[in-house]
Amino acid sequence: MLISEDLTCQELVELVTEYLEGTLRPKDRDRFEQHVVLCDGCAYYLDQMRTMIALTDSLTEESITPEARESLLHVFREWKGG
Amino acid sequence: MAFMPQLSRLPATRYSRSVAQVGAAEVELLEALREGQESAFTALVEEYHASIVRVARTYVSNRATAEEVAQETWLAVLNGLDRFEGRASLKTWIFRILANIAQTRAQRDSRSLPFSSLGDESSEPAVDPERFAPAGERWAGHWKSYPERWDTLPEERLVGDETRSRIEGAIERLPSIQRQVITLRDIEGWSAEEVCSALELSETNQRVLLHRARSKVRQALEAYLAQDYEC
Repeated sequence: MLISEDLTCQELVELVTEYLEGTLRPKDRDRFEQHVVLCDGCAYYLDQMRTMIALTDSLTEESITPEARESLLHVFREWKGG
Repeated sequence: MAFMPQLSRLPATRYSRSVAQVGAAEVELLEALREGQESAFTALVEEYHASIVRVARTYVSNRATAEEVAQETWLAVLNGLDRFEGRASLKTWIFRILANIAQTRAQRDSRSLPFSSLGDESSEPAVDPERFAPAGERWAGHWKSYPERWDTLPEERLVGDETRSRIEGAIERLPSIQRQVITLRDIEGWSAEEVCSALELSETNQRVLLHRARSKVRQALEAYLAQDYEC
């Protein structure tokens, strides 16, 4: 998409994912970044988004239970035997 | 190969490490599996089982069913080993098998939702329009009041268990397809390409779904963290 010169905050929040994904065209990325430099509200918003993503990333610590491991080994041995 | 940025967080098992680093090691692992080496299987299980259960959980209604789906997936993986040609990565292949099994199971338990659709109506603003000055005003479309800063919150509040469980709750409440995308991208750390391939989504749809999911989770977190400012 082509971002107009006068990008509003309301438009910017809809572009955050494209920005973070690196899929904005170079010109649009420049406009996005220029806006963020000048606008504390959008800078905080972008920071919130990054923080939220980092927090979500930390949810993976769960690991396999001994029961599940045991029953999968059973599946494996059956498979091997069959 | 864009293989699993989250590997570094997992316990270092010899096999999974090498699988991540070189394609050749994946071939070796497959060879060992086909020969029936238990250590190759357990390495794979340690690496993927928790993710499989988590992803299965986005399709079916409870943890026990998700574990069953995971177990069925492992059996299908073992039975399909000889047919695996290595065109996709082993990981993508495993998760495609999982997606098929989980979807069949979800349909049977009638928790099925339209799979390839975007899940809901097309206009869902990331932020409540009330937060911006209305059209016609001088600062139309700009923040009426800024979002709160999170970098000045006490660390223990921001990274506390309660914050994490709010995020989990918000993800849990998302429409199924959005939940799948954010789970794979932001919890499991998959690349956009891997998610498109596993869920059979176009690049654009994947991004739109991720955007909506992230925007809603941020809103939920904002609502929770704002409570600090009230007391």
